Parts: sequence; structure tokens; C-alpha cells
Amino acid sequence: MQYQAEVIIELKAGMLDPEGTTVKRALEHLGYETDSVRTAKKFTIVLQAADIHSAKENVEEMCQKLIANPIIHNYSISLREIE
Amino acid sequence: MSIAVVQFGGSNCDLDILHVLMDVLGADAELVWYKEENLDRFDGIVIPGGFSYGDYLRAGAIAARTPIMNSVKKQADAGKPVIGICNGFQVLTESGLLEGALTTNNYPKFRCEPTYLRVETTDTPFTSMFRKGDILSIPIAHMEGNYYADEPTLASLERNDQVVFRYVDRNGNATDEANPNGSRENLAGIASKRKNVLGMMPHPERASEEVLGSSDGLKVFRSMLEYISSR
Repeated sequence: MQYQAEVIIELKAGMLDPEGTTVKRALEHLGYETDSVRTAKKFTIVLQAADIHSAKENVEEMCQKLIANPIIHNYSISLREIE
Repeated sequence: MSIAVVQFGGSNCDLDILHVLMDVLGADAELVWYKEENLDRFDGIVIPGGFSYGDYLRAGAIAARTPIMNSVKKQADAGKPVIGICNGFQVLTESGLLEGALTTNNYPKFRCEPTYLRVETTDTPFTSMFRKGDILSIPIAHMEGNYYADEPTLASLERNDQVVFRYVDRNGNATDEANPNGSRENLAGIASKRKNVLGMMPHPERASEEVLGSSDGLKVFRSMLEYISSR
């Protein structure tokens, strides 16, 4: 089966996000008041797996080993089967 | 005795380091392309600065997972000295050879300027020729040099004497103003538990000849060579 995973990588809460802070300031220049702006990275991964559980396990491992740095990042994975 | 200077696609301080090792110090050194998988013939390893793999994903992340790094780990386990400078430091944290992580500077700007460093320990193969408390002038050039580790890790770095360099002002005080990137506790360089692996963001190879304005960095390499001779 073919699956599509969407992986979102974010800095852990409390970690400085200088890019987010800079965007927040630029929004203020445009007249938009916000309480906070945080950035994240999204990866779309298409893969083959026997079922959705093994697909999830596989992507989870990819996040641990490369896509995220667990020291500074949290990540979330959402998966769907592709018809 | 021979030192490997590892080259990844995007390394750009490799030739400067080779120059310091060979021309300034008269040591035997060699550029080694990242596809090389066996570094057994070398006595020490330098991972230079630059932008390996265009800093894709995270600075140092891709280089840290290339096959040559398995051999770098093997040499480190064997007690050989391994130093990562700037992008090399990022590669060492990403590969797990050093603790913590290097994230975007707190002021999101590429900072290229002289900094003052305080030598926090002389009990490493890279700082044995300094005195504890020496103030060095060595430049930085980076965008992701903001050292992060959680509190327990910072405490254990301190406890195990793994803190090697701190950013300080010219009088040797580790102030917020002297911290160029927001690093936790002004950390500029840390060592592994065994001390034979060092990561530092400042560039000692850019401060190894008086004509460059400072030769304070030269002792980092001289200490390393002396350590190798004495092994």
C-alpha cells in the first residue's frame, strides 16, 4: 500500500524562534498585533508499507534518526493511504 | 604522524586548516573527501567549517550521517583527537559525538567578527598549552552558533570539566553583551566526556598568524600535535 505522511517539525516550547519573532515584528509594521508567531517545517513523504502501523513506525524512525533533532524539536506525524 | 582534514561538499575552511597545519606548524596533514570510509591511518581528525550540504535540513545534519562519520566515531572511540570547528562543531553535535545542539543565533544574523574567549580547562588535547583563564582573541563566522542543552546536560558538562571555551569581554567576564549568539552559559566550545573530541564555533585557524591580527588560535593545533606525539 502507498501512504502519504505529513511530518511537522517544531522547536520545543520555550526555545527561541528568532525567525518567528522577526515575522511577528514585521506583522506589527503592517498593523497586525499578534500574541506570538512560531515557525515550523513540513515534510511530505510518500512511502510503501504493508499497513498504516508499519508506515507510522517507519516515519517515526525517520524523524528520530534524521528529520528532527530530538534535543530541540517536537514533531507530529499524520498519515493517510493514497488511493 | 598525520592529520585528516575532512572535506564535505560545502566545506570552505578546509584549506585554511591545511595551511596552518602544514605551512605554519610543519605537520603532515591531508584533505580527505567524505566518501573515504577508513581513517585508521590518521592520528587526528579536523572537521572544518563551511556550509556542508548547503545547511539543508539543519546545519551539519546531513554531513553527520555520511559514512565517513562512522570512521570518525571509531577514531574518537580509540582516543584519537577529533576537533570540529564551526560547521564541524555542528556536525559533531548532530552525529552525537558531542552533547547538545547548535541553533539559530538569538539575533538572527550571520555574525562574522572577533570574539574573546576564556580558556576554561587545560585538561584537553587541544588546550594543554594554554593556562586556565587565558583570554584569546579568535573570530566567529556563523548563523547557527547558539549552543543549546537542557539543564541536566549543562550541569554535567560543568561537573565533568567538559566546558572548554566561553565567550567573554576583553576583561574576561562572561557577560550577555559578550555572548554573540545567545549560547547557554556563554558556551563557545565543549569537549566529550573523554576530552578527546572538541567542538568550537570560533575559528582558531583564522587566528593562527600575526598577519591575521591574532595568533591566539595556534596553540589549539600545537596542543593537538603535542598530544599526538605523546600518545
